[in-house]
Amino acid sequence: MQTIGELVLLSLSTILVNNFVLVKFLGICPFLGVSKKVSTAIGMSLAVTFVMTVASALTYLVQVYLLDALGIGYMQTVAFILVIAVLVQFVEMVIQKFSPALYNALGIYLPLITTNCAVLGVALLNVQEGYDFIHSVVFGFSGGLSFMLAIVLFAGVRERLETADIPKPLQGFPIALITAGLIAMAFLGFSGMKF
Amino acid sequence: MEILTPILVLGSLGVVFGALLGVAAKALRVDKDERISQVQELLSGANCGGCGYAGCAAFAEAVVNGEADPSLCSGTSEENIRKIAEILGVEVKSGPRMIARVLCSGTCQKAVNNARYEGIYDCIAAARFGGGEKACSYGCMGYGSCAGACPFGAISVNDGVARVDETICTGCGVCVATCPRKVIELVPAAQNTFVLCSSKEKGAAMKNICSAGCIGCKICEKNCPEDAIHVTDNVAHIDYDKCTGCGICAEKCPKKIIGYRKA
Repeated sequence: MQTIGELVLLSLSTILVNNFVLVKFLGICPFLGVSKKVSTAIGMSLAVTFVMTVASALTYLVQVYLLDALGIGYMQTVAFILVIAVLVQFVEMVIQKFSPALYNALGIYLPLITTNCAVLGVALLNVQEGYDFIHSVVFGFSGGLSFMLAIVLFAGVRERLETADIPKPLQGFPIALITAGLIAMAFLGFSGMKF
Repeated sequence: MEILTPILVLGSLGVVFGALLGVAAKALRVDKDERISQVQELLSGANCGGCGYAGCAAFAEAVVNGEADPSLCSGTSEENIRKIAEILGVEVKSGPRMIARVLCSGTCQKAVNNARYEGIYDCIAAARFGGGEKACSYGCMGYGSCAGACPFGAISVNDGVARVDETICTGCGVCVATCPRKVIELVPAAQNTFVLCSSKEKGAAMKNICSAGCIGCKICEKNCPEDAIHVTDNVAHIDYDKCTGCGICAEKCPKKIIGYRKA
């Protein structure tokens, strides 16, 4: 049972303490780009969570059974990009075929994820931290959740900013960046917490 | 020799993945009617939602499936609508080109203010909060929600009243749905006579709050040779089907609020 507790801790600390977006600064591009509305933010983060989970599993297998086995671990970045790009393409096709409703909801976000550095980041961090298969998958999934938490919080704030009376020079992106900084600072409050 | 392993491994990875994707693309292909993309290319592409569908893509699908008429899209030129009809082999139901018009002429000088509004600069917010600064509770508030909503940038607020640029307006109707006061109306583009007031206030009260308000005197009604203009609820309305655009009402109106433009 110790392992389950360990996984829960790993998941919690990934979501709060080591938040992918706000602490590790991965996935900033969609964080700023797709966060104008809460609904699109949720769509994007669901797609990211899904891809990150599957990518963690797949890249773990590639690392252990291909790269490490042949002693070419240094090629991991190239290999992972290849795997992730193919995975995203494939997932898009499968979703389009079997669930048009889901495709309509997530479809436009999927191609964006190919270049989301949070996905590549989770794959590389899995190797760096020496996680086993289960830990990798849990780490990928909670990485996605941490992205969701950050982007949904941020989108909620940005929706309210739409109607706020903001000084002219700060309107639009400047206030969004300031907001992002403030949210990141708030998440600093979690750092140093040991679960 | 050491360099051969990574080249071989990554190369074969790429080939295998490429082949997999190729097979998957064949196996998982979704047959889409190619007419959908053809139709979508011919549409205006503004994604204004004026047709009632989620966007041009959704509208194109509905048109191809026979659920919607191509002429519902007011942003598309008549020529393109004819092309769409050709692709689908259907007849077009075409009406006259419509444009939006703001039926209010209560500019800053003419309309009397009875309040100061310092809330959110938006008509919908102001309407919920008591109706903005102008005393008239029927006219244009001038905070430009319609201008913000217009997908074509055809509306601007000038001197406290929104104005539609007729050359840009496509008659999609988004502004009509946005305006909380309902002072914007879709009218035939060829129409040249308009009552530029929407106030249902009685004549005496109207005089006190706006010098450009319809007082319901019925002079236009009595002088119209075609029986096309009538005063209901203290404000004149033109029946665009009957109006011939002679301009007599505009000439006789004591408040000069019937807009007339020679054809």
